[in-house]
Amino acid sequence: MSHYLAPGLPAPAPARDGLDAPFWAALEEDRILLQRCRGCDRFQWGPEWICHRCHSFDLDFAEVVPTGRIYSYERVWHPVHPALKEQGPYIIVLIELPQADGVRIVGNLLGDPNQIVSIGAAVKAEFEHHNDAQPPFTLLQWRPS
Amino acid sequence: MSRTLRGKVAVVGVGQTKYYKHGESPDAEAKLALEAIVNACADAQISPTRLDGFASFSNDRNDAPRLAAALNTKELRFSNMFWGGGGGGTAGAVENASAAIACGMADCVVVYRSLAQGQFGRFGRGPQIRQVSGEAAHTTPYGLMSAAQMFAMKAMRFMHDHGVKQDALRAIAMASYTHAQSNPEAIMYGRPLTQAKYDASRWIVEPFRLFDCCQENDGAAAMILVPAERATDYPHKPCYVLGAASGGPNRSAAPVHNAPDYGSSHFNTVAKHLYAMAELTPTDVDVLQSYENFTGGVLMSMVEHGFCDADEVNDFFKLPNLLAPNGRVPLNTSGGNLAECYMHGLGLTIEAVRQIRGTSCNQIDGAEVSMMIAGPMVTPVSSCIFGAGSTL
Repeated sequence: MSHYLAPGLPAPAPARDGLDAPFWAALEEDRILLQRCRGCDRFQWGPEWICHRCHSFDLDFAEVVPTGRIYSYERVWHPVHPALKEQGPYIIVLIELPQADGVRIVGNLLGDPNQIVSIGAAVKAEFEHHNDAQPPFTLLQWRPS
Repeated sequence: MSRTLRGKVAVVGVGQTKYYKHGESPDAEAKLALEAIVNACADAQISPTRLDGFASFSNDRNDAPRLAAALNTKELRFSNMFWGGGGGGTAGAVENASAAIACGMADCVVVYRSLAQGQFGRFGRGPQIRQVSGEAAHTTPYGLMSAAQMFAMKAMRFMHDHGVKQDALRAIAMASYTHAQSNPEAIMYGRPLTQAKYDASRWIVEPFRLFDCCQENDGAAAMILVPAERATDYPHKPCYVLGAASGGPNRSAAPVHNAPDYGSSHFNTVAKHLYAMAELTPTDVDVLQSYENFTGGVLMSMVEHGFCDADEVNDFFKLPNLLAPNGRVPLNTSGGNLAECYMHGLGLTIEAVRQIRGTSCNQIDGAEVSMMIAGPMVTPVSSCIFGAGSTL
């Protein structure tokens, strides 16, 4: 698929401490892996070194179904990065994942940048591969379903 | 012994530099800091060598021990930085300085903030680097990288939950601009904002138009705090600290927009501690300075401080309600961050003191209780209440 935003924005790199590395690796394989606690079997996001609920350090990553709903959104008009100078408006969404204990994740809403966005609407994930980047990476995007 | 700051500390000096548009200060940031501190000392009629404490916030680059050395203070007893960025700590620095004085750790503390963006770069610009990691990796590649973009998402959710109309944000912007027209020191003095001008202004990021967003400025501000029992030794009418509170609700710093109380300015827990310490309620507040990074943050701050119910904001946030001298809650009476100067809220704090002294350019007659709410939507946040001697 094509890329939603113009090229030239900073690329995501796994954290040096490795905390979110499984997430980025899984996206390249079209899968969503988020942090889940082995102590209480519940998800948390972003990743932490400890489970905020049961304080277990025994944390794992588990696969999440690629569907969610829009928790909030914003349509950006003013570019704050030179790469976006010719971009025009674009939509950033905050997606809630009801099947992962309601954790939230940030992405873009694919499709017409001027579309009407409804908080609460159902969305489906799309994996935006940047295979030509050095090193390659994948972004997690969303489309109304 | 009661654990409170109420009535134990007074502000006896305030000072600022000339305010500039961002990048236009001819002076270095450290020089601006020193100038504001010297001006605040002059206002209190004390020598800067008497300062024995320094408190700042938002990662101010001007190191307290270096300022103390430059000013030749006799000794340094308290040097303190409030955690967090974005102006959340303006009242927190006042709170920390007050705590030090109330506990006998220092006798003459300056709260200061200095910004020279020509020297050090702007806030509202994305990172010009090839890769980002950590929390930024989960936002920046999607084009979410400025403060406006971080906070529009929170304001949008609040506005959705409570049916808030854009007119409410416009009233907040117009209040600041209206008040700036009587303040010759304000950057936007002589540049009024009309309803039509607001409505025609471009979107920065929905729901924020250009005039919903603060300026970025160069300058510095400072205020001097001393024990309350010494307050009448100084030339100005004393302004007492009645209460201060800071922090944030449960997991307000949860990464990647996962704070449980999301559509919020993060004052829901802080405000109740503030009122409890000050022994006051919102209806006791005569005048309010509420930090506008973005108007949506002011709206949520005022709701969370109990000035109006979340489901009544469209009725409450109308311009006449926010104007000096007779509005229900006169707001940002020197022009605020939007129209006076963006000095990370310390300009607002000085205006809160002026209202108690009776020297504001938009003075509320007989103001006895004056509140300042610092940068909303970050965490930790902070707010404080000042009072005249009659409130003690």
